[in-house]
Amino acid sequence: MPELSINGERHELAASVGTSLAHYLREDLGLTGTKIACNEGHCGACTVQVDGVPILSCITLVHTVEDREVTTIEGLRDHPMVNSFVRSDALQCGFCTPGQIVSATALVAAIPRPSSEEIKHAMSGNLCRCGAYPKIEEAISTWQD
Amino acid sequence: MARLIRTEKEVEGRYTEQWIVVDEDVLEQWPAGPLETVGRPVPRADGGQRARGEARYTADIKLPGMLHAAILRSPHAKARVRRIDTGRARRAPGVRAVLGPETGPLTDEPPYEGAPVAAVAAETSEQARTAVSLIEVEWERLEPLLDPEEAVRRNELIDEPNREERGEVERGLAESDAVVEAEYRTQTVLHNSMETHQAICEWDGDDRLTVYISTQFIWGVREEVAKRFGLPEDHVRVVCRFMGGGFGSKNGPGDYTYVAAELARATGRPVKCALTRREENLDSGNRNSTIQRLRVGARSDGTLTFLDGEFVNATGWDGWLASTGGPMRLLYACENVRTVEYGAKLNTPPMAAFRAPGFVEGTFGLECLLDELAAKLEIDPLELRRRNHSTHDAVDERPFSSKQLLECYRRAEPHWERRDEVRARSDATWKRGVGLASQVWYGGGGPPSYAWVRIGGDGRAAVITGMQDIGTGSATAMAQIAAEELGLPVDRIEVALGDSARGPYATISAGSSTIPSMGPAVRAAAADAARQLIEIAAQRYDREERVLSLKNGQIVSSDGGSWPLEEITGLLESGQILGKGSRGPNPTGMRVLTFGVQVAEVAVDVETGEVVVEKIVAIHDVGRVINPLGASSQVEGGIIQGLGHTLSEERLLDPSTGGNLTQTLDAYKIPTIADVPEIVTDLVDVPDEHLTNLGSKGLGEPPIIPTAAAIANAIRDATGADVRSLPITREEMLRALREASRQPAREEVGA
Ligand code: FES
Ligand code: FES
Repeated sequence: MPELSINGERHELAASVGTSLAHYLREDLGLTGTKIACNEGHCGACTVQVDGVPILSCITLVHTVEDREVTTIEGLRDHPMVNSFVRSDALQCGFCTPGQIVSATALVAAIPRPSSEEIKHAMSGNLCRCGAYPKIEEAISTWQD
Repeated sequence: MARLIRTEKEVEGRYTEQWIVVDEDVLEQWPAGPLETVGRPVPRADGGQRARGEARYTADIKLPGMLHAAILRSPHAKARVRRIDTGRARRAPGVRAVLGPETGPLTDEPPYEGAPVAAVAAETSEQARTAVSLIEVEWERLEPLLDPEEAVRRNELIDEPNREERGEVERGLAESDAVVEAEYRTQTVLHNSMETHQAICEWDGDDRLTVYISTQFIWGVREEVAKRFGLPEDHVRVVCRFMGGGFGSKNGPGDYTYVAAELARATGRPVKCALTRREENLDSGNRNSTIQRLRVGARSDGTLTFLDGEFVNATGWDGWLASTGGPMRLLYACENVRTVEYGAKLNTPPMAAFRAPGFVEGTFGLECLLDELAAKLEIDPLELRRRNHSTHDAVDERPFSSKQLLECYRRAEPHWERRDEVRARSDATWKRGVGLASQVWYGGGGPPSYAWVRIGGDGRAAVITGMQDIGTGSATAMAQIAAEELGLPVDRIEVALGDSARGPYATISAGSSTIPSMGPAVRAAAADAARQLIEIAAQRYDREERVLSLKNGQIVSSDGGSWPLEEITGLLESGQILGKGSRGPNPTGMRVLTFGVQVAEVAVDVETGEVVVEKIVAIHDVGRVINPLGASSQVEGGIIQGLGHTLSEERLLDPSTGGNLTQTLDAYKIPTIADVPEIVTDLVDVPDEHLTNLGSKGLGEPPIIPTAAAIANAIRDATGADVRSLPITREEMLRALREASRQPAREEVGA
């Protein structure tokens, strides 16, 4: 049986071929922190990290991440970025927020103090219809405070 | 004693009269300015749950045995089903039920693309969608009506045209030294809430139904669902704990809820019906496009002599006539005003309320027109607005309950005065300029709305009410209000909401009404509980009630004694103190409105037509501000949606078939983080002394209203070009620039 690792835990991969990673996380494992807002790679709500790199789980087949390390919002709950988002009020309805935080934590892992330009570049694939953007930028620039 | 009174209620600018019962006790308003908790920044109470992905939205709820529905939607803008065969779908793997067009709300004569025709319930959503693709339909395609002007000519209207007139436009015209006439157009825009419309229906026997739904109004869903299925309202329970955005599109149950309920009844299992993003952009409502033919006249000193507007709303197959003429009627002092609004009934999806419906569109036209007039009269645009400031509602001669618009203008001055400096930063390609626009909207809320406050032995309090928090942070504001009244730190307040079986009736979260409607009820409930605490403490500590108060979690006596609240509540052990409160009436004979002004700074590349908005300053009067942190988020969110409306968003229909070409989020362009300008929020924060025990008005909608006109006016300031059509794409910008260069310089055409 193929395996993959999610938030540090190994899972046997029993899903049928053709299942998306987002679907597998939400439906098979009950990890509903990963949201689906478009299901076709246009919004970033479903962002997770594969070996630390943010990817869109709704257009990633689960079998392509076999033997890789997947990190979802559930694996990032204690990351200081979460409190930074709350402190800065960087969320309104919150539906895009887990995806935003997954992208933001990958960004600061690579660039701990990103500039405004770097934040805009790294985060522009995560849509937020509530328009929490100014405070998302603030949360990312102050995450270590 | 409860008193029965008749009062006026307003939602999204539509007024109705109704009876309400009010309690005798009227609380004095708190003093203006920040208090212990109210008026201070508080991060949202459920922010952590949402941020950590623990919050369970309707999209995340999975009931035991739950089936998934999928809907077959009409691929044609107008068609008839000649023959339908669901046989293959019924036999497909996982399918448990199929409904054909004979079951409402499904139809065999779909009047717009995306109208629901048939539906399937299956074990998984993939199986349901596969089965839908196996339904065979023979269509008879009919000629759709798509052109709103043609619909008006043919009298195909959603409702009677709305004609309103005060004074005499012809007289005003005769008195005018200058007249400006122009046609403005706004496009159809789509809400695109991140959580799509969805509901789960579960029957308990054949006469009790639970609906989990992403909604802005659990009580409205309860009422409509109960009516449709002939159930007592208390047999319908509606739950919405967390929801992922609505912006006006989730005010009622919608077809998907009825489809889920019918399929749940047919199968005896809970059924979820969730729209895909493409379905969301086909058939979940829209801000309808408009055509506005406007005229204004003024004396040479800038005094408006008349305003005249004809507004054509492309309402679609269903919906209501949004108040596109509202700003023209309400914003300025002008004796002669005439508006006529048409709602064209078309073979296009029904409109739905979208954040200040009508006023966003109408303000774009009106406030651009005012600037065109200012240019002609050579009067400063801010000064022109000041000269036409209205002191009362001229529609029905009522005084405003409060109006701080002149204060907004005063605060706008330093930003407005940057004009020369901003313009001076222009070069051969990039032209820079500053523009402004004013805003008027409703947002006073109204009764009925109720809240309970429960205090337990541990000295913690719960606010219990059947309202919903659609992402505006209203739950946090309620916790602040209760904390203030109870003298408790805000982290000792829990807010329980979003379940019609677990709290009293509460307002719709639309029309900027949650805080002005619910806040006073929560304060009244907390005051009721506080009064009981004081009465008990007076007996326990042998003091007179009037010397006792609640502060910082203590019961404080004016003689210096103080006792932790738990000492009193602890006496009760498992006992509880229960307070109840309701929303009182709005001030009689007054008009409650919100006001504001925004100043935009833009840069325009005159070679490519690219428009970059560099800064927006938003100054609004919404009465008392409960949570300045959440309030600034609301302002930013409104402006960013306004920015999309102004520059990038447009639902495109194929003009020959009526087919939607922008169903996906790569085709339909909402703003990203990279598009966001600097935003400065300045709220006047003066309580409306006539409005409720709080003096707070609503804030959800005002910030989106003036954004488009402020940007368009800044573009005119930068380039001299009149952009009159949204979105301001590069094509539109270049068209306006070409037109401006063909005209003689503005100085020569001045009045
Ligand atoms: S849900 Fe995956 S990108 Fe939108
Ligand atoms: S917070 Fe609502 S979509 Fe981002």
